Amino acid sequence: MSPVPAPDPLDDPFGRTGRRSRILAGTWRREGARGVAVALVSTVVVCVVLGILIVNAPGWPRVREFFFNWGELEDSMPQIAEKFLVNVEAFAIAEAVVLVLGLGIAILRSLPGPVFFPIRALAILWVDVFRGMPTILVIALLVFGVPALEFEGVPIDPLFWGIVAIVLVYSAYVAEVYRAGIESVHPSQDAAARSLGLSRLGSLRHVVVPQAVRRVVPPLLNDFIGLQKDTALLGVGGAVEAFRQAQIDQAAAYNMTPFVALALVFIAITIPLTRFTDWLVARERGRRQATGLL
Amino acid sequence: MRKPFLLLALVALTLGLAACGGSDGGDEDSVALADTALIPFETIETETVVTPADSGSGTDTGVDTSQVDTAAAEPTTVSNDCLKPNLKLKKKGVLTVGTGNPAFPPFFTGGTKSKAWELNDPATGKGFESAFVYAVAKQLGFAKKDVKWVAVGFTQSFAPGKKPFDIVVQQVSFNKKRAKAVDFSDPYYVVNQALVTVQGSKIANATSFADLKDARLGVAVGTTSFDYVTEVIQPDVEPRVYDDQNGAVQALKNGQVDGIVVDFPSAFYVRDVQLDKGLIVGQFPSTSEKEYFGVVAEKKNAIIGCVNQAIAALQGDGTLAALQQKWLEDRAKAPVIAEQ
Repeated sequence: MSPVPAPDPLDDPFGRTGRRSRILAGTWRREGARGVAVALVSTVVVCVVLGILIVNAPGWPRVREFFFNWGELEDSMPQIAEKFLVNVEAFAIAEAVVLVLGLGIAILRSLPGPVFFPIRALAILWVDVFRGMPTILVIALLVFGVPALEFEGVPIDPLFWGIVAIVLVYSAYVAEVYRAGIESVHPSQDAAARSLGLSRLGSLRHVVVPQAVRRVVPPLLNDFIGLQKDTALLGVGGAVEAFRQAQIDQAAAYNMTPFVALALVFIAITIPLTRFTDWLVARERGRRQATGLL
Repeated sequence: MRKPFLLLALVALTLGLAACGGSDGGDEDSVALADTALIPFETIETETVVTPADSGSGTDTGVDTSQVDTAAAEPTTVSNDCLKPNLKLKKKGVLTVGTGNPAFPPFFTGGTKSKAWELNDPATGKGFESAFVYAVAKQLGFAKKDVKWVAVGFTQSFAPGKKPFDIVVQQVSFNKKRAKAVDFSDPYYVVNQALVTVQGSKIANATSFADLKDARLGVAVGTTSFDYVTEVIQPDVEPRVYDDQNGAVQALKNGQVDGIVVDFPSAFYVRDVQLDKGLIVGQFPSTSEKEYFGVVAEKKNAIIGCVNQAIAALQGDGTLAALQQKWLEDRAKAPVIAEQ
């Protein structure tokens, strides 16, 4: 009469952890080598085919000269990289402000009760208006429009108003991301917090928002990638940033390569952020599965 | 194993498509350039600049003040290859001419708005470039109704590749790098740059480059005005660069720039139409590499040689000078801003 073995505390009653993940990992390992080989071969084939197609296009020699001109790349890259600092400064400032402002708007929009209706309405209006307009339009309107009002003491610097415009637009996007996060927190969390004696705002602050923010970090970073790219629109106001510099070089050289150079600069900075976002998403998923929340 | 198979099928399909797509084309580009005598630029110098008496103290202002007597040149006509029936055109029997929309005075005037043209319909024949195009068309044997205008973005007019027009006439300045992407005709107008500001600006009374050292200037990107500011004037303050002239003008109105640099002929429109208290401070001396407007056409298109013949003919019989006198006569009114 052997005793019934005590259940392994690491396995949950449904047997979802441990065994299953070990099996999954094993499958990956066994299929790994072949999978990598197939992926490699198919990638090479696709690249070669695309390469042959492009190089044999009737316009390829001209495209190569006008878009992939090494001399022009070398000529334009230093200036473009230098002016890219303007973009970096702009998106660093904008992202910091957007992070706070977006959360503020989302919270205002989540305020409960009829008393707060006007505030909710304003938050909704903000999101609707600034998310509904093309960024370039908001920039042009602010950069040229506000100084035209000729208010005493109001700045007329185009970069200032350009950054303000980007903040307005992206705070609207980010507010919606935050709101999605807030609404994804189960109502029972709020109910539990209230039953512990927290006020509505207290519950929002100590229970709901912290969980919400953690969940929306990946989509938030996604919006920041968009924001970084949109700093290329700041040149509309006359400030010379990287895109405008590329345009200047393009016009001077009569060659599109400076645009390609700028594309490389942007990609160099957005790809690491993209990968980081992917990694965060994967980690978040891993955590949820590990704790059996899903 | 299903996925690699699908991939291979896709590869086979794209290869097949490539084989189909690669076989045609190629022959069209091999049209030989018409054998035309190119007119050296110096011989058709026609600008008639009159500098004000107070500035003409015998120093070299850089602006050519000599008046070339164009009437003395041999009158010519275009060769037979260049007449309407023998020209290779986008649309048979029609000369398709591209220009910017809105089309600005003094190049296009008359104020005839239409559905397609928001400021001046180029088909009126009024304004320097409109009149010039009809004069060229007449030389090539086109009636007025055979000339069709299409709106073309400025950058599009000299981007490489196929074009939806036979020629473009929209104040495109010749430069060597542009000439790699498109063909330019000989000059039909020689241009100086000009400084425009508003009354009360700190550079309203500028008379030399030194007066502009601390000025924030505005220019449109990709223009010779931009090159002139960065390479010749070289102010200490970084210029602001706009998508187009309108952006620069708005910035001038807002006080975001002290002044803007534009083509001299455009300066009148900016002053008279776009600004309330506009002021042309003056025109700048030409650089050694003179700026001129040329007609633009697709690379390797025989039509540009024919346009050159027409320009030579208009040059020869004095028509071009008369058109300049008629539509750009304002030119003589602005002082020259000295380099020293």
